[in-house]
Amino acid sequence: MNIIVCIKQVPETTEVRINPETNTLMREGVKSIINPFDMYAIEEAIRLKERFGGKVTVVTMGPPQAESALREAISMGADEGYLVGDRAFAGSDTWATSYTLAGAIKKINQINVANNSLADSGKGHGIDLILCGKQASDGDTAQVGPGISTHLNIPQVTYVKKIEEVKEGMMRLERMLEEGYEIIETSLPALLTVVKEINEPRIPSLKGLMRAKSAKITALTQKELNLDPQQIGLCGSPTQVVKIFTPKPRAGGQILKGEIPDITKQLVDLIKDEVN
Amino acid sequence: MDYLLSDEQKMIKELAHKIAEEKIRPAAAKYDISEEYPWEVLKVMAESDMFGLFIPEEYGGCATSVFNLCLATEEFSRACGGIAVCYAASALGTFPIVLFGNDEQKKKYLPDLAKGKKVAAFAITEPEAGSDASGIKTVAKKEGNHYVLNGLKHFITNGGDAETYVVIAMTDKTKGARGASAFIVEKGTPGFTFGKKEDKFGIRASSTRELVFTDCKIPAENLLAKEGMGFIVTMRTFDMSRPGVAAQALGIAQGALELAVKYVHQRVQFGKAISSFQGIQWMLADMATEVEAARGLVYSTARMVDAGVKDVSKESAMAKMYASDVAMKVTVDALQLFGGYGYMKDYPIEKYVRDAKITQIYEGTNQVQRGIIALKLIKEMAK
Ligand SMILES: Cc1cc2nc3c(=O)[nH]c(=O)nc-3n(C[C@H](O)[C@H](O)[C@H](O)COP(=O)(O)OP(=O)(O)OC[C@H]3O[C@@H](n4cnc5c(N)ncnc54)[C@H](O)[C@@H]3O)c2cc1C
Ligand SMILES: Cc1cc2nc3c(=O)[nH]c(=O)nc-3n(C[C@H](O)[C@H](O)[C@H](O)COP(=O)(O)OP(=O)(O)OC[C@H]3O[C@@H](n4cnc5c(N)ncnc54)[C@H](O)[C@@H]3O)c2cc1C
Repeated sequence: MNIIVCIKQVPETTEVRINPETNTLMREGVKSIINPFDMYAIEEAIRLKERFGGKVTVVTMGPPQAESALREAISMGADEGYLVGDRAFAGSDTWATSYTLAGAIKKINQINVANNSLADSGKGHGIDLILCGKQASDGDTAQVGPGISTHLNIPQVTYVKKIEEVKEGMMRLERMLEEGYEIIETSLPALLTVVKEINEPRIPSLKGLMRAKSAKITALTQKELNLDPQQIGLCGSPTQVVKIFTPKPRAGGQILKGEIPDITKQLVDLIKDEVN
Repeated sequence: MDYLLSDEQKMIKELAHKIAEEKIRPAAAKYDISEEYPWEVLKVMAESDMFGLFIPEEYGGCATSVFNLCLATEEFSRACGGIAVCYAASALGTFPIVLFGNDEQKKKYLPDLAKGKKVAAFAITEPEAGSDASGIKTVAKKEGNHYVLNGLKHFITNGGDAETYVVIAMTDKTKGARGASAFIVEKGTPGFTFGKKEDKFGIRASSTRELVFTDCKIPAENLLAKEGMGFIVTMRTFDMSRPGVAAQALGIAQGALELAVKYVHQRVQFGKAISSFQGIQWMLADMATEVEAARGLVYSTARMVDAGVKDVSKESAMAKMYASDVAMKVTVDALQLFGGYGYMKDYPIEKYVRDAKITQIYEGTNQVQRGIIALKLIKEMAK
């Protein structure tokens, strides 16, 4: 099974500081870590490789220092890492990020096929599975995973809490809902985003750390990817951030008591009041 | 203090630190109460290659390094002295095979030990032979292609949980100390059973058991080195492992110091954090300096061992004795700084006092260590 894991480097803090002028994340002076949800994606990919064989490739789009995130993933057991970065990608919103990552994944597939290390499945990508975290702890939109799958035109299953079964060209998954879960079957290749219930990420091994230290990280820039300039970076980003703020907590609800006809009347009155 | 660790040593220290903080510290109280063997935590250590630190590369390890073993043991002990000793005692049981095993013995036992699939133990102590190891009564009688073991070992760390045991027994009583030999005995060998499991003051996550040998037949090829070399095997093993016990003591002291510094910063009396009182500051300064001095001694000794210096028994004894005395003093002072809270089991500090105590006792009591150091001094003088 050949798996791509998309990982994002995020600041190690729950308090994300936003530059009030540019409305972008302020990364200076904060230690960077792998987005916690992406740790579960890495772990799941390694477990699948351990069961079925194959290869785990980690990809990140970010500044040069994001290389350390790739090395950390390799120390846990991933095989290789790609760093997607270029001035031209700066200022990407979730659309441009997922477009660029989708482009990078296609490129990685080409490289794999050229190296003959993977057989092309005939669908344009010899990759069986793409894993993402549920969401990033800083940006928090949960859009990049679904965005990548849309750009690649493959199925997506979000909030995966368990991979129940893997068969030739298909997977059965448990997808987390607010109360309970649903079982979904998908054909492969597919993109999954995972929640923390799926596993417990491992601590790297010493041999893994040593391998990661010297592992080759391949850089992918606009020159290699040759993406549509209209869809990358700031000018490829349709989102305009007007204001970023912490929403007020939701006010508590109200529980109506009594017989059903009574409650119904009370409810109708309350709605009327609210409307007026 | 900067010990100018190499990149690899830093990596080992950081990895052990991560294991300690994420896996050992949260589990420490649980195992202290239940006295269960911490397999779950040992599995994490195993998967992170920590058991390979004391085994050569050609047998599946990451090269034998007492210094690396000390770095890992210190970090583990910062979080729990009990769980750490399960690990360190496996090193103690493995060293005789690394040092004296022939190629076949190494090939047979070391790969599983390096991967942490199996844990090892070392057994010399008997009810009537503690500090005076020459008093051991367990016998190994050669019969054809076998040795037959009879006797009792007690207070054996990892006893019952380990798969691979190195056991010292008398092959020729008439020869006294030259009549002892070392054997590898596997768990499950007929005639090899386990007796009493001790209920201990500290290091309760580790198991301490009796080993009982009743006409236990082991193949002759399980003899380590040669007949009569039992005490040489033991002494050389202890020279390697004593810095490890010292590192255990060092880690316990460091862990207690950290907890104390944090606590005095938070605790308010007389309207101020108690850390603002000079009486407390002086205690902290002494504690920190003694811990650092112990570290200097432990690291220097471990580096000497790794560099292949021939006779390290004096330095090993000094490191073990000093670090364990520091651990006892620093943990007691740390508890003092917690006041009445420190005396309560709801706070983690009393466990450090209990865990520290053993480091003055096993692998040769500190009286015995002082004896080794003094004898060496006198011998050096006579030269
Ligand atoms: C409205 C808006 C405008 C923005 N504008 C800018 C801007 O102008 N300049 C700027 O620098 N940033 C900007 N950002 C931030 C940037 O676009 C996002 O951080 C990025 O697209 C990832 O989105 P996210 O953090 O919400 O990740 P999510 O969508 O929550 O992440 C989900 C998963 O997708 C994967 N993933 C996400 N990002 C990456 C990545 N970079 N590499 C690999 N995998 C990844 C991970 O698996 C992750 O768990 C903007 C964000 C938003 C929401
Ligand atoms: C938790 C635990 C784990 C252990 N694990 C192992 C193990 O894995 N393998 C193993 O083989 N053994 C193990 N031991 C045994 C340990 O090494 C012995 O307990 C130790 O060597 C002391 O022996 P003893 O208990 O018989 O005390 P004794 O020898 O009876 O000593 C009693 C007191 O007399 C002092 N003393 C004795 N002789 C002298 C002297 N000549 N001069 C001055 N003072 C002296 C001692 O210092 C001590 O204070 C373990 C013990 C414990 C408690």
